Amino acid sequence: MSDTKKVLTSPLVENNPITLQVLGICSALAVTSQMSTSLIMAVALTSVTACSSAAISSIRNHIPSSIRIIVQMTIIASLVIVVDQILKAFAYDVSKQLSVFVGLIITNCIVMGRAEAYAMKNPPMASFWDGIGNGLGYSLILVIVAFFRELFGSGKLLGIDVFTLTKDGGWYDPNGLMLLPPSAFFIIGCIIWVIRQWKPEQNETPDFKIMDIAHGEGGHH
Amino acid sequence: MPNEKKTCKTMTQLCEKLDKCEHYQKFAKYRDHILSLSNDSLEKTIAIALSLCFVCAILVSIAAVALRPLQIENKALDMKKNILDVAGLLQEGTDINDAFAERIEAKLVDIATGEYVDGDVEAYDQRKAAKDPAQNVILTKDQDLASIRTRAKIAKVYLVKEGDVVKSIILPVHGYGLWSTMYGFLALEADGQTVQSINFYDQGETPGLGAEVVNPNWRALWKGKKVYDESGAVSLGLIKGLVDTSKPGSEFQVDGLAGATLTSVGVTNLVKYWMSQEGFAAYLAKVRTKG
Repeated sequence: MSDTKKVLTSPLVENNPITLQVLGICSALAVTSQMSTSLIMAVALTSVTACSSAAISSIRNHIPSSIRIIVQMTIIASLVIVVDQILKAFAYDVSKQLSVFVGLIITNCIVMGRAEAYAMKNPPMASFWDGIGNGLGYSLILVIVAFFRELFGSGKLLGIDVFTLTKDGGWYDPNGLMLLPPSAFFIIGCIIWVIRQWKPEQNETPDFKIMDIAHGEGGHH
Repeated sequence: MPNEKKTCKTMTQLCEKLDKCEHYQKFAKYRDHILSLSNDSLEKTIAIALSLCFVCAILVSIAAVALRPLQIENKALDMKKNILDVAGLLQEGTDINDAFAERIEAKLVDIATGEYVDGDVEAYDQRKAAKDPAQNVILTKDQDLASIRTRAKIAKVYLVKEGDVVKSIILPVHGYGLWSTMYGFLALEADGQTVQSINFYDQGETPGLGAEVVNPNWRALWKGKKVYDESGAVSLGLIKGLVDTSKPGSEFQVDGLAGATLTSVGVTNLVKYWMSQEGFAAYLAKVRTKG
């Protein structure tokens, strides 16, 4: 049980797929201008990651290594199409807003990454929980980014007015940058900075060290 | 639970039957043979690939077929919502189906003559008809202002009614912008001359620039604009920059979209095309004379 708990909770902060592994950034930029779309995207990605990891793991001993990536892709793609169809049937407006990004879960590095890194070596149940855990880690970052972007970009949260905008006679002048995808870069950057201040062990060791001029060679003075 | 037991029993019976079945035995034998092979053997690779495709194909088809009725319903509802929106009848909490049934009447119009024609209004799909050689007209280069190549002979228009009086006419329009064909509705008042609203429900223009054709603030600028000038020529169009309302002729002008010149040109062209003799001019003339 403690294993399951660890698999579930470690991707939230310690081993977060976005902030530590820096995977799945593309959709984190694209769908986070509103809370509602990012929540749906989070649910969609979490279920796809969990189900595909479990499915891949259950046949992992029989996947020929020469076609392993294609087998993973086929399973992931099928699940993504199913999710897309379900969204179109039950949440049409949201599926229109998410447009291509549901389809692009297929190429989301988190799904492929977990399949290759975890599900190919672990039993189905553990892989399922690993998928849920990583999906939740992704969701957490998505929701935080969407919170700031929707609040400061349009003065709303989940479509409900929080700050009244100046054009509606209120006091808040919205920040247009927050509505554009690059703003998610800044927010994710800040989140990574905060996490690494809190958990310094996440800092990568530098690839090279800047030479100290006083002790370095090459000075002719 | 006796019922459960019964199901269990039939299941075991079924399994026994299956075990005895010759074809199943063959299948089971082949399956065991494949599973016992080394993962890298050619036979296993092909067998796994084929069976995976088979299982995934079934999964995807079941989802697509089972959910199709719901999706079609959603699409139809969304279309009704767009029509109510352009008619100015969409408020929060409006029941779309009720409001549509009560206020809107769909009609088929022969574009060339401008006369109403009989037909299955519900089932008619103008977008499909535009691609069907039996139901479309191929446009020559000179005619094809909106860059749509072909158009359907028959258009599906919507009349907004208050009691028996027609309050406004909603015309389907489409044309090419920068990246995509933009599909929308243009709502005119009963005089066939004054614009009530415009609404693009399907377009793939640049988000933030050309895609501002869906912006409610920009769409609000269309209200009250006129389509035809005194000579009867189509004058309505987008201009570069902002419209100076003090100048004569400003009733034919709408602000262009900043940073989206080609989308703006596309919108102007599609309005010019659909309001011309090639488009709904004949129909609108009939509407005006009949009152």
